[in-house]
Amino acid sequence: MIRFANVSKTYPNGVSALRDVSFQVAKGEFVFLTGHSGAGKSSILSLIFAEQKPSSGEVKVSGFPVGQLTSHQVPRLRRKLGIVFQDFRLLPYRTVEENVAFALEVTGARRELIPARVMRVLTRVGLAGKAKVHPRELSGGEQQRVAIARALANDPPIFLADEPTGNLDERASRGIFQLLQEINAGGAVVVMATHNLALVRDTPYRILELKSGEIVYDSARERRGPDPQEPA
Amino acid sequence: MPSPLEEALRTFRRTPLLSGLSVASIGFSLFTIGLFGMVAINFRQALRTVAERVEVVAFVLRGTPTETLLAGSRDIEAFPEVEEVRYVSAEEALTRARGELVEFREAFRDLETNPLPASLEIRLKPEYRNAGSAQAVAERVRGFAFVDDVRYGRDWVERLDRLRNLAGLVGLVIGLAFAAVAMVIIGVTIRIIVLQRATEIAIMRLVGATNRYIRGPFLLEGIIKGAAGGLLAIGMCWLTLIVFQRTSTEVGAGLVFFGAGEALLILVFGIAIGLLGTLLSVGRHLRDV
Repeated sequence: MIRFANVSKTYPNGVSALRDVSFQVAKGEFVFLTGHSGAGKSSILSLIFAEQKPSSGEVKVSGFPVGQLTSHQVPRLRRKLGIVFQDFRLLPYRTVEENVAFALEVTGARRELIPARVMRVLTRVGLAGKAKVHPRELSGGEQQRVAIARALANDPPIFLADEPTGNLDERASRGIFQLLQEINAGGAVVVMATHNLALVRDTPYRILELKSGEIVYDSARERRGPDPQEPA
Repeated sequence: MPSPLEEALRTFRRTPLLSGLSVASIGFSLFTIGLFGMVAINFRQALRTVAERVEVVAFVLRGTPTETLLAGSRDIEAFPEVEEVRYVSAEEALTRARGELVEFREAFRDLETNPLPASLEIRLKPEYRNAGSAQAVAERVRGFAFVDDVRYGRDWVERLDRLRNLAGLVGLVIGLAFAAVAMVIIGVTIRIIVLQRATEIAIMRLVGATNRYIRGPFLLEGIIKGAAGGLLAIGMCWLTLIVFQRTSTEVGAGLVFFGAGEALLILVFGIAIGLLGTLLSVGRHLRDV
């Protein structure tokens, strides 16, 4: 589903965010990206959703070569992705259901199908009862659930979460993590960037640890040894 | 899915103050242009009235037979510059002089013979009412054997020409300056709106909206605001004219408002700058986020 081959990313200001990063994520995997701030976690995610292009190497997501995508092709890739961020990014003047419907509206879903799909995802994240309220009336955890519902609305096969629990307390964080586990159990790939090690510990999921733009630890490789098909 | 029109109207409801401000800024910018245009139209109108008096007068030699004069008149009337030739007999000239030159009425009454010559008054077509054409016609008319002298008020016709050229140039420069200022104001206003909606644009892009989808409501918004601003400007120009006519009846009475064509031009100009301003600021922002 996701393939990074010898990817480096240097920003125009000269900062080198990623250096020769290679990994693959298979269908149904749950992957944690860990590391300190500035280690390159967000750069990997932004390459996956084509906000950035690699300076060198190849990034392939769901068959799309990110480096070669034109501005017209980027929306097609993003419709296959669900993305949530630490700061939720909800529209404050729209209600919960309108925020979720928004994702369906802008991607051209049929109008008559939207209300049922919105209710379905809101039920899935446990917020069916709060469809008519505005985001400011919700707790941080609930706002992140709305963001997750919006990301789920198009049934994406890949789900990206950039520090989704960064603004939440322990209990809310657990709730969000559980939700992401359920999404993964439903068959979607989940890639979650986090520095919340308490959350990562004792989970069976793959961990990619980054340091200064390089992968310094890959739990999958640790378990099965170096992958001969993976580029060196 | 709401149509781009619904999206655009939703924005008006959501941000009434900002939307109102941008309509007002477009309106006031176009108002200055419209006001200037109205001055230009009235100035042109005034010049046209003056230019109507541009005519060539050919004084006829005494004793010229009527047939010769008639044939000559027809020849002159066939000139491409000439609209009409009118024969003024010596008697008519005297009657006119008695009527117009009141202070010489006594002198005219005591005359035994009429000292005034007959003449041909040659009116030029509107597009030839300038110094060059008047002179060319005068030269040709002078060539007729029955013509004694030709006058066309050379000095003031030349002055009128210079005034017309100057007015045209000043009009063009000031008009362009106002248009540029209007564009800047509108561009800035729309940029503020786009920045205010940066989060929304970023989210739209994240969930996979195409650039065309994102741009649609903004462009419609630009068109609606431009049209509303244009209508506001036309309304303000009209009000200004009414106020001017009420307060200064002497000058105001002769003033004219835009024709339908000019009003439509303001409206189209409003829409064009609304659209262009939006295209430029949204386009730039879509590359930025």
